[in-house]
Amino acid sequence: MKIAVCIKRVPVQEGRFAIAPSGTAIDEAGLKYDVNDFDLWAVEAALRLKEKAGQGEVVIVSLGPDAVQEQIRKALSMGADRGLQLRASAVPPDPFVVATALADALRGGGYDLILFGRVAVDDAFGATGAIAAHLLGLPCVTGISTLEIANGRGRARRELEGAQEVMEFPLPAVLTIDEGLNKERLPSLKGIMAAKKKPLEVRAATLAEPRVTVRRLELPAERAAGRIVGQGAAAVPELVRLLQTEAKVL
Amino acid sequence: MPTILAYVETRAGAVRKVGLEAVAAARATADAAGGGEVHALVVGAPGVGAAAGALGEDGADAVLVLEHPAFERYNPEATSAVVADRLTRGGYRLGLLGSSAQGRDLAPRVAGVLGVPVVTDVTALRLEGEDVVVTHPIDTGKVIATLVVRGTPALVALRPGAVAAGPAPRQPRVETIAAVGDPAATRVVTTELTLGTSTRLDLGDAPVIVSGGRGLRSAENFRLVEELAGAFGNAAVGATRAVTDEGWRPHSEQIGQTGRLVSPDLYVAVGISGAIQHLAGMRTSRTIVAINKDKDAPIFKVADYGIVGDVFEVVPALTAAVRAARSAS
Ligand SMILES: Cc1cc2nc3c(=O)[nH]c(=O)nc-3n(C[C@H](O)[C@H](O)[C@H](O)COP(=O)(O)OP(=O)(O)OC[C@H]3O[C@@H](n4cnc5c(N)ncnc54)[C@H](O)[C@@H]3O)c2cc1C
Ligand SMILES: Nc1ncnc2c1ncn2[C@@H]1O[C@H](COP(=O)(O)O)[C@@H](O)[C@H]1O
Repeated sequence: MKIAVCIKRVPVQEGRFAIAPSGTAIDEAGLKYDVNDFDLWAVEAALRLKEKAGQGEVVIVSLGPDAVQEQIRKALSMGADRGLQLRASAVPPDPFVVATALADALRGGGYDLILFGRVAVDDAFGATGAIAAHLLGLPCVTGISTLEIANGRGRARRELEGAQEVMEFPLPAVLTIDEGLNKERLPSLKGIMAAKKKPLEVRAATLAEPRVTVRRLELPAERAAGRIVGQGAAAVPELVRLLQTEAKVL
Repeated sequence: MPTILAYVETRAGAVRKVGLEAVAAARATADAAGGGEVHALVVGAPGVGAAAGALGEDGADAVLVLEHPAFERYNPEATSAVVADRLTRGGYRLGLLGSSAQGRDLAPRVAGVLGVPVVTDVTALRLEGEDVVVTHPIDTGKVIATLVVRGTPALVALRPGAVAAGPAPRQPRVETIAAVGDPAATRVVTTELTLGTSTRLDLGDAPVIVSGGRGLRSAENFRLVEELAGAFGNAAVGATRAVTDEGWRPHSEQIGQTGRLVSPDLYVAVGISGAIQHLAGMRTSRTIVAINKDKDAPIFKVADYGIVGDVFEVVPALTAAVRAARSAS
């Protein structure tokens, strides 16, 4: 099993977001960064598949500035074998451009599976994996929450709104991982030490001219400050009155 | 004047609400740009075209129908080939889809085939000369981006329920179209579709949602949430990820970043802390009520009305009061 996992460095979402003076970028000061959650679940899936197969290689790929090496090392400390950074000063907000650069780097790599997260929590497109699959000429299933592989074929379940579907596909394939597949392992101390010695190759990314660009970023309008109606069951009559007369939803 | 293609999502032979929304948004976008035709594309098993005429209600000038047994369940590869083929041959300015599980899958595939730009989870759009200008929440809804998409056609997937459009009915012409290649000869095949069995309102349609969190402590205690929903009469039940992880409720009821995005008239959060990933799915609700015993819980920051208290005491009282209020009116 040779598996590639594409991971993105993203701001930790619990942080306080502010807009940079340019008006077109996030102010990075004060934000913490980590691997996109969905990508961690993808790394975990790759490690389990390799463990089950008893042999293989898990390769981590991330496009971005040198800071992404921190996230690649985290995946290596979980147990992945080697890393590849596609160096770019910034990640463009155009999933087609990112997918093209990732596909170029993955093409001809002999991977049985190429895993993506279902969506990057920062740009929130969820498009990169399926575009890359097409560019690579590989079958693709998106947003999977279960996966079984046997005899060169795969079977995966996707959550829909109030329903589920099962898709079957031949390997090699591209999959994008939703939650539910598994929880990621924590890097062990031994893993962290070992990761320092694992190979991390750096190549320049070739990025096409983006066709999606940011005109403006804004913080959403704050909801008007709410109020505590009261404590315990005693507050219920007043709440019901407000729902009837003020919110008019009852 | 732009011609716009709207992909009408279906499931088990029935048109989904997001499909109608794509048509209505296409109508509104075309009209705002000085008029232009809206073509609705319906792909499904034989019989699916029965819905075609009704799409005029949402503003379609033409309905393109493709019926083939290989489309009984969602067929991602053959459907993307058809949508891509239509977009190239019809001289369309824009392809619109719903940003549902199906639309989010289909849009990037079509973009791949055509080599055109794609944006998903869009909450507003307009044409501006060569550009499509879209609104798209990023960073779990903590930042709102205005993006410029350059390219013809461009693909835009719309957040369910986000793009409001007024009625613009017309009498559409219905055309039958052919598949591209053999739609039964695809690598990826959907072998099963399991529909939810709930008889309650769907989360996407319900005017009221009562959601429960870990504060309920067990699957059995969700009875309290069910009863409150029942008292409203027009409510669906939702849950947090903590709850679906525990297996107290099915994943299909999860609200938030990795669940459903909802915007009901009233959202009642019961025993929910208000984590950012949960807020991302419900903060655009019109009125939010929170019941939590911790007065510092973050949910109170977005709630219009809060009660600090024990759910096991407050919820039964609220259920009784809502029942009484509704029977009195
Ligand atoms: C990538 C990612 C995606 C995620 N996606 C989602 C998502 O889609 N949806 C989602 O919901 N979460 C999501 N999460 C998880 C999220 O971060 C929170 O862990 C989760 O929302 C917490 O659920 P909760 O509010 O039920 O539980 P808790 O945070 O444990 O809150 C329970 C609350 O109940 C209150 N309480 C306890 N007992 C009582 C009582 N007797 N009476 C009244 N109040 C009581 C407590 O004060 C507390 O505030 C995601 C996380 C990640 C990392
Ligand atoms: N800069 C990047 N480097 C590596 N992988 C990426 C990058 N951007 C996106 N991806 C992958 O594509 C997935 C979907 O991203 P997006 O389409 O941006 O939501 C992510 O979960 C990652 O797996």
